[in-house]
Amino acid sequence: MTEDDIKAAFLEELISVAPDLDAEDIGGNDHLQDDLELDSMDILNLVTALHERLGVNIPEEDYHGIETLNKAVAYLAGRLG
Amino acid sequence: MGVFKMPSLGADMEEGKLVEWLVGPGDTVKRGDVVAVVETQKGAIEIEIFEDGVVDRIDAALGTTLPVGAPLAVIRGEGEAAAPAAAREPEPVPTAQPAKPVPAPPPVAAVAGDIPASPAARARAAELGVDLSGVTGSGPGGAVVLADVDAAGKGKRKPAKQGLDLDAMREAIAAAMTRSKHEIPHYYLEHEIDLQKADDWLRARNADCDPGDRILMGTLFVKAAALAARDVKGMNGQYEDGFAPSKTVNAGVAVALRGGGLIAPAIMDAASQPLDQLMASMRDLVARARSGRLRGSEMTQGTITISSLGENGVDGMTAVIYPPQVAIVAFGTPRVAPRVVDGAVMARLCVHVTLAADHRVSDGRRGAKFLKQIDTLLQSPEEL
Repeated sequence: MTEDDIKAAFLEELISVAPDLDAEDIGGNDHLQDDLELDSMDILNLVTALHERLGVNIPEEDYHGIETLNKAVAYLAGRLG
Repeated sequence: MGVFKMPSLGADMEEGKLVEWLVGPGDTVKRGDVVAVVETQKGAIEIEIFEDGVVDRIDAALGTTLPVGAPLAVIRGEGEAAAPAAAREPEPVPTAQPAKPVPAPPPVAAVAGDIPASPAARARAAELGVDLSGVTGSGPGGAVVLADVDAAGKGKRKPAKQGLDLDAMREAIAAAMTRSKHEIPHYYLEHEIDLQKADDWLRARNADCDPGDRILMGTLFVKAAALAARDVKGMNGQYEDGFAPSKTVNAGVAVALRGGGLIAPAIMDAASQPLDQLMASMRDLVARARSGRLRGSEMTQGTITISSLGENGVDGMTAVIYPPQVAIVAFGTPRVAPRVVDGAVMARLCVHVTLAADHRVSDGRRGAKFLKQIDTLLQSPEEL
């Protein structure tokens, strides 16, 4: 899976969790909670969706590793690689 | 033979727009079935029926806005004969409030009429708030077509969900909170709870779980508050003509909507639900609150509200009671703070909890008992 594939998958699941966001608007360094206003329930739903889609089980202590799109792509690439 | 009427989905609701029928004449219905969808200031709400029977006839047409109490359908009891033809004349709407005509789309810009644009492009521009005068048309004669508006509208937030008008919701919140502050003599109590045990327990529990089985701290808050509300008198119920305590705790959970807006639908009998089930109920409720698909009973049968500021908020909040309830409990954002444990200062995760309660029903001593009970329950998280 390339980084572009991971990015597309992450964005798709993020939009599914927060359908009022627009993928075009999300910057690589936007913070999921501070900038995009996801709450802890949204984050858990995103982590659940990523687990189902990519098979990556992200433990709670790693949540900071997916707090922006750029960080998430790097983190997931590391776990998948 | 019963008349199914436009229900009141909150003290501040005067009318609703019927947008969907899920049943038709001849269909069998039972108590609790969702039979219609009504659009209100708080979004689209699924309306349940409160009797068993067969739909005899539908009286209200889709798209009409009707006052609370207007007849929507006639339900005949099981085994009851169909209404004779003579009785089938539609009943007049009692308060004779005419259905509002569909409003014309707002003008997009003062000069919109001068700009050549397709009807679909105009409608989309109004929806997205795009000014047509700033859009370069690619259609015949430079006319603005749908694709041009979509291109110009990129980057704008998608329109709110169908039936979710945030301005209307703000009005509804203002009306309910004004009524609350006018009618309810609030009193307030504050307490700091040591959450370290609950946090340690939760982390250990979640570490062994797939994400789908994890539980949030907010679920522990709702469970502890619901159990305390069941045990301590004067916190759980509704005040209409005097206080009516409730045997079950229907915990209203305040859900903030991105873009503004707040809604507090209830989880029925929250005190009896094991934590994993309560977590599933909260996930489901939050998802439906965001998509604008709550049920009438969830909007009207709450008996206490629990508000949580989440992980990235501030220390505390003094909340306003949601009428006709008599108490609301607000949990701040948990923070590590110095706390004396067994004579030594230690860094512990703590949360600031604030109760607003109704002096017509209880006083500070009772409220203090309630907050202390929440504290005690959170010290034994494994028993929640």
